Amino acid sequence: MARELWKGNEALAEAAVRAGVVAYFGYPITPQTELLEYLSLRMVRLGRTFLQAESELAAINMVYGVACTGVRVMTSSSSPGISLMQEGLSYIAASEVPVVLVDIMRGGPGLGNIQPSQGDYFQVTRSCGHGDFRPLVLAPATVQEGVDLVYEAFDLAEKYRTVVIVVADGNIGQMMEPAEMPPMRDISTEQPDWALVGADGRSHRIITSLFLSAEKLETLNLRLQAKVQRVRENEVRYREHRAEDADILMVGFGTMGRIAQTAADMARQKGIRAGVFRPVSLFPFPSAALETRSHQARRILVVEMSAGQMLEDVRLAVGKDYPVEFYGRMGGVIPLPDEVFDAVEKIHAEMCHD
Amino acid sequence: MTEVTEELVYQRPESLTQVHTHYCPGCTHGTAHRLVGEVLDELNVRGRTIGIAPVGCSVLAYYYFDVDFAEAAHGRAPAMATGMKRTHPDKVIFTYQGDGDLAAIGTGEIVHAAGRGENITVIFINNAIYGMTGGQMAPTTLEDQKTSSSPLGRDVSIAGYPLRMCELLATLDGAAYISRQSLHDVRHIRRAKKAILTAFKTQMAGLGFSMVELLSTCSTNWKMDPVESLEWLRDNMIPYFPLGDFKVAEAVKEL
Repeated sequence: MARELWKGNEALAEAAVRAGVVAYFGYPITPQTELLEYLSLRMVRLGRTFLQAESELAAINMVYGVACTGVRVMTSSSSPGISLMQEGLSYIAASEVPVVLVDIMRGGPGLGNIQPSQGDYFQVTRSCGHGDFRPLVLAPATVQEGVDLVYEAFDLAEKYRTVVIVVADGNIGQMMEPAEMPPMRDISTEQPDWALVGADGRSHRIITSLFLSAEKLETLNLRLQAKVQRVRENEVRYREHRAEDADILMVGFGTMGRIAQTAADMARQKGIRAGVFRPVSLFPFPSAALETRSHQARRILVVEMSAGQMLEDVRLAVGKDYPVEFYGRMGGVIPLPDEVFDAVEKIHAEMCHD
Repeated sequence: MTEVTEELVYQRPESLTQVHTHYCPGCTHGTAHRLVGEVLDELNVRGRTIGIAPVGCSVLAYYYFDVDFAEAAHGRAPAMATGMKRTHPDKVIFTYQGDGDLAAIGTGEIVHAAGRGENITVIFINNAIYGMTGGQMAPTTLEDQKTSSSPLGRDVSIAGYPLRMCELLATLDGAAYISRQSLHDVRHIRRAKKAILTAFKTQMAGLGFSMVELLSTCSTNWKMDPVESLEWLRDNMIPYFPLGDFKVAEAVKEL
């Protein structure tokens, strides 16, 4: 395949098609809507299932129903829509069925606005519904990376029988960039041994999230936690930019990771050794790798389009005695590289002064 | 010696499991389960049926039907059923929902499933009360009916009026077969079974959305004995929730 110019949302949709998604259910919400619009034609032409639901609540439960039958299914939304999906995500997690969700974050809280934001880091990594569960959360910084992560997300969802969230700010959903599409996969006809497909020739299968006995519910929770542990051991992803010898290590994900790269390059031109550590998996957070890298750096600057949410994971990774600074903008404001560079330069001046 | 010839006239449907249910004495859920089980047997579709249980007293229905079953979030069964049927049109998909599930928290899902003409079957149990949580007011609780959250009786100036879901859904073009039946005596139970059979046949013929509402009792929370409950249903519920077919699409009439 050649590199082509793709709009982020449409590229993510096409990546899902190529990964063999059988069904898509969604509800229009800016800045994610093009993903739904794209699939409304593409899926129908391929003879696959597309349905515009009456709400995000309905969409996630349609997804839940399909997931119970063991075929590839996904939905997508943006921040307020994800809030509505939290109920379903909790049931899906407890039922251990594979689901892929794309979240194109916008400014909040409340109705907020339709500008890009990273204010839902807590929502996707911490509070994606009631109860003890952690979805696998992947955050692309480019359209190409988004394509690759969506393509892989279905495999991961099935491998762990879990929710995989590909989360990006509205910037990545809306912008156009060159991207190369992965090959078209055949739709799997394999039926997992837990799928609800009719009890022909056997006794019935049940998929439920109800366990009235405390001990049985604890057993489920222990299994979910063991899964979280396997995910922590196997699915850590991150990228670095000029981090090997950086005194000031910026930590940012998605769009902020890219802005931080530009700021790092600006700093290098001024003789400041700055670098970037960009978590790609937000859960599992690359704590060990960041902690190792922090030994060689002298300061960490966390950059986010939020009040500082990933900041907590960084502090947990490097410990309370490590000097961690923060620069962020909220409400859908995208920081300019100059602003981030200024924050780097300020830290550099303090370091020289120390 | 005379040869003894016996004919089997009654047995547990294959679509039901061999277990005791948790339902209260006098509850009509058992009757409703049995009717659905008999219909699935008669249509010979047990092996390709997927059921969806609600949140409410019948939350454990999946233990009682020997068909593949999923447990929905409260009110969301029609959305799950939509997903399953859209991707598996060859399967027989049904939801089993109570009045709180279908007519309160799940109103959006049931209206839109019917509006889209989803080719699914809904078994709607209306007993005018929330059973599992201990007898609170339901969307179908009658005017002046006392419940644990309407202790003075349902005051329609505060709580509004009971919803008639069959009448409401029958206005939608996607609905192919909508019927309200009652489980309070044998004659009505036989009619209820016929309606359930028609509903599943509607789905199997691909004619669109089908729902059978079954007026049911809740002796425990109505605080009546089982016989009193059946009489109360007959004397109080049927006048407000009239029985009969509310929508029979032309193609359904020909089934």
